[in-house]
Amino acid sequence: MQGYIYPNEFELQWSLLIVLYPYLTGLVAGAFILASLERVFNVREVQPTYRLALLTALAFLIVAPLPLMAHLGHPERAFEMFLTPNKRSAMAMFGFVYAWYLMVVLLLEIWFDYRRDIVIWARQSTGIRRWIYYGLTLGATDLSPRTLAFDDSAGRWITVIGIPSAFLLHGYVGFIFGSVKANPWWSSVLMPVVFLFSAIVSGIALVLVIYMLTTMLRWRKIDMACLDKLAQFLFYALIVDASLESLDFIHRLYEAEESIDILAQLVQNRLFISLIVLQLLIGTLIPLVALGFASPALRKGGFLRIPPELRQLIYLVAAVFVQIGIFSIRWNVVIGGQLFSKSLRGLTVYKVQLLGIEGLAMTMVLLALPFVILWVLAKLLPPWPDRVPQDDVAAT
Amino acid sequence: MPDAHDMPDSWPREAEPPKEVRVDRRAFLANLLAAAAAAGSPILLGAVRLPRLAAQDDGPYDASEHYYGIGLDVNKCIGCARCVAACKTENDVPLEPHYFNTWIERYILRTDGSVEVESPNGGLDGFAGIENAGTVLRTFFVPKLCNHCENPPCVQVCPVGATFVSQDGVVLVDEDYCVGCRYCIQACPYGARYLHPEKRVAGKCTFCYHRITKGLVPACVEACPTGARVFGELENRATPLARFMRFNDLQVLKPNLNTKPKAYYANLDYEVR
Amino acid sequence: MPQQVPRLLAVFAVVIAALIVARRVLTPPTFGELGHYRAVAVDSIAARPVKYAGRRACAACHSPVVEQHAGGNHAGVSCEVCHGPAAAHVAAPLDTKPVISRDRALCERCHAFNPSRPLGFAQIDTVMHNPRMPCIGCHRPHTPEPPVAPQDCSACHGQFARQKAVSRHAALACETCHETPVEHRTNPRAIRPTKPTTRAFCGQCHGSPDTGAPQVDLRTHNQSYVCWQCHYPHYPEAN
Repeated sequence: MQGYIYPNEFELQWSLLIVLYPYLTGLVAGAFILASLERVFNVREVQPTYRLALLTALAFLIVAPLPLMAHLGHPERAFEMFLTPNKRSAMAMFGFVYAWYLMVVLLLEIWFDYRRDIVIWARQSTGIRRWIYYGLTLGATDLSPRTLAFDDSAGRWITVIGIPSAFLLHGYVGFIFGSVKANPWWSSVLMPVVFLFSAIVSGIALVLVIYMLTTMLRWRKIDMACLDKLAQFLFYALIVDASLESLDFIHRLYEAEESIDILAQLVQNRLFISLIVLQLLIGTLIPLVALGFASPALRKGGFLRIPPELRQLIYLVAAVFVQIGIFSIRWNVVIGGQLFSKSLRGLTVYKVQLLGIEGLAMTMVLLALPFVILWVLAKLLPPWPDRVPQDDVAAT
Repeated sequence: MPDAHDMPDSWPREAEPPKEVRVDRRAFLANLLAAAAAAGSPILLGAVRLPRLAAQDDGPYDASEHYYGIGLDVNKCIGCARCVAACKTENDVPLEPHYFNTWIERYILRTDGSVEVESPNGGLDGFAGIENAGTVLRTFFVPKLCNHCENPPCVQVCPVGATFVSQDGVVLVDEDYCVGCRYCIQACPYGARYLHPEKRVAGKCTFCYHRITKGLVPACVEACPTGARVFGELENRATPLARFMRFNDLQVLKPNLNTKPKAYYANLDYEVR
Repeated sequence: MPQQVPRLLAVFAVVIAALIVARRVLTPPTFGELGHYRAVAVDSIAARPVKYAGRRACAACHSPVVEQHAGGNHAGVSCEVCHGPAAAHVAAPLDTKPVISRDRALCERCHAFNPSRPLGFAQIDTVMHNPRMPCIGCHRPHTPEPPVAPQDCSACHGQFARQKAVSRHAALACETCHETPVEHRTNPRAIRPTKPTTRAFCGQCHGSPDTGAPQVDLRTHNQSYVCWQCHYPHYPEAN
């Protein structure tokens, strides 16, 4: 600790778990936005990732409240946020945004998209699996062209509602930080927007990685047109994200408000590795350059002509770097905002615990859990294009 | 003869029948009116204010009749931290050095413009001497505590309504309802809140609510040996705080955040945050 | 109507109904009566135990000491600042007694010299001032006026003395510039020393040759100011 911190500021209040939480919801919003590219904006090339993106979003959305619950002083009282929510509190309203997004957007969209296939799988399965599938249909087993058309239309409408809902989901997390006037590192009008676009970046990158790995694990051929398109959108999203972060940075430096001295010290002394190296260099610059050259974003067929296998490797590495960078952004915002004193006169340190409910081990478990859930979901509702079942029973 | 201290068997005593006295009724009434006018005119004209009767004798405590604030005179604080010790005792605050409802900061302003601030264990460990005393421009102590703001950001962000402003202007925490999300601790610009390590709920200064509702003053005000802390009510003339606010040029901490604090500092230096 | 719609509506209706019922059943009874909080919380906070009895409680039994104390220099110091929390003692006077340390450390808490303390507050140099003797050996704690009037100005005005001692004015006695009635030593707040008010005062040394002091032409040197606006008298070379 150097300089002066208020005595009560010695303990950091929001720990690694609270870094994890915006990371997870960001992936949800980003994966959903990617799925909506195909559904609403008819980007045909990314069709193979459509269902994968939806299931990824669901898997991460299920895990997202867990770090919050683990962090609460009294998790058994968490339901109070639904009983007596304080309408002026962003955190309270977020509970409802989350519920809305889960129930009305994501689950409904998945249901409408999968319903036909669930009905067919129900007919084709036996035993407990058959009951699970029938339960999932909610009894709507009609597969006539009219009902299928309704599925399609409903899905499109839900996606249209879902895009602003996804914006709201993660923009709200940004607002939870951005509306805290007591903290000059957080308090910013740009915070929700930066959070949102970094979420889109991380979501696209995640789906890219999952698509590549799952396709390879299943010994299928990677659809290069799809992958190129994903990389292209990742590049565009990175451009917007980098621009917004640069704008925030330049704005702060230009206005040079009272907090600029301690914040400069914060970045140089406490956040050098996580901000300059991980967020900027590894998370933004290197992927921008790599994707700019390799993907068809700047020129059709790629700025440099790179053979497909090498392109795949570049995309994979770039996407992993992006994940590291986006996680670093969450770290820099959450932890960074608590490493300096509100007296603007001192810095403190954060010691990550290894074990314990807020420790590194718990974080690793919570990071792995969505993949486990995704695996279960993929087993139950296979998202692969080659696993769409044929309807061998005449529709009634 | 019954003694003045003896209670008669029947009490209150019935009025004795008046003795027969011849009084001119007109003269009596005229005198009565003159006396009443003489006595009552200053009151009627407002030159003499009838003193507000003490609330203690008026039945149970009514929160809507009070509105509390605190005055802090920086020029009187000697940094003895008796207030910090009294608060920790009175409110069972954990004794570790990072849980304080109130604490003392020392500022050392040097002639080269640099500022050193320290608060060793909130002031409980005492303050050391100053090195290079020749380069000191000014040095002083500042008591800090929850400001019990009128527009409190901590109350605004509490998701469940566990922290609130009472009717008498005190920001309190409902320890049986708080979920321990710590948003209020992040939102407080003054570092006044902490998470209680055992109870796992938010903790802060309560203005010793359990004392002020009984007519006592907060423990820190009771303990201050120099009268640097002045407790009282706003919107009330007969309270020490009213005199404090009338006689001193006042400042509040971080006024630009519009939290409307009710901790008023007299003789506050511009370097205090 | 396609068959999906009624089924979905049924699911949502059940969920929403469950939420409404839960809200009605589980919301705490006093919530919302006074504001967005449980009204009963105010009462439970107000019912916490009191540990410090307050000044008025002591006067009921200990009136002689309290009267003495009210006439002395410690009149503003509450009994419990030194004697500790006494609410338990007030409730059961014979069962518990407040303990008080008779050690120097108790008094030094407030009265040890610290440059950050305000001027005019009684402070001692703990090393020089009767070391290792208990304070109460000379000072009655309830009326702590010093047993003998201080000999030297530096006994109370240590900070000025320290500054002056390393300055060009070190050889000047305080009385050179400040006329000090003898009563100031025993009644310092009411009877004060004087302070110079004119440039001519400093001119007695600094405007008259043959005094050995640095000379200045008072007619031309910054005539619109008094000397101490720029030159700090206790450390004149600092500016």
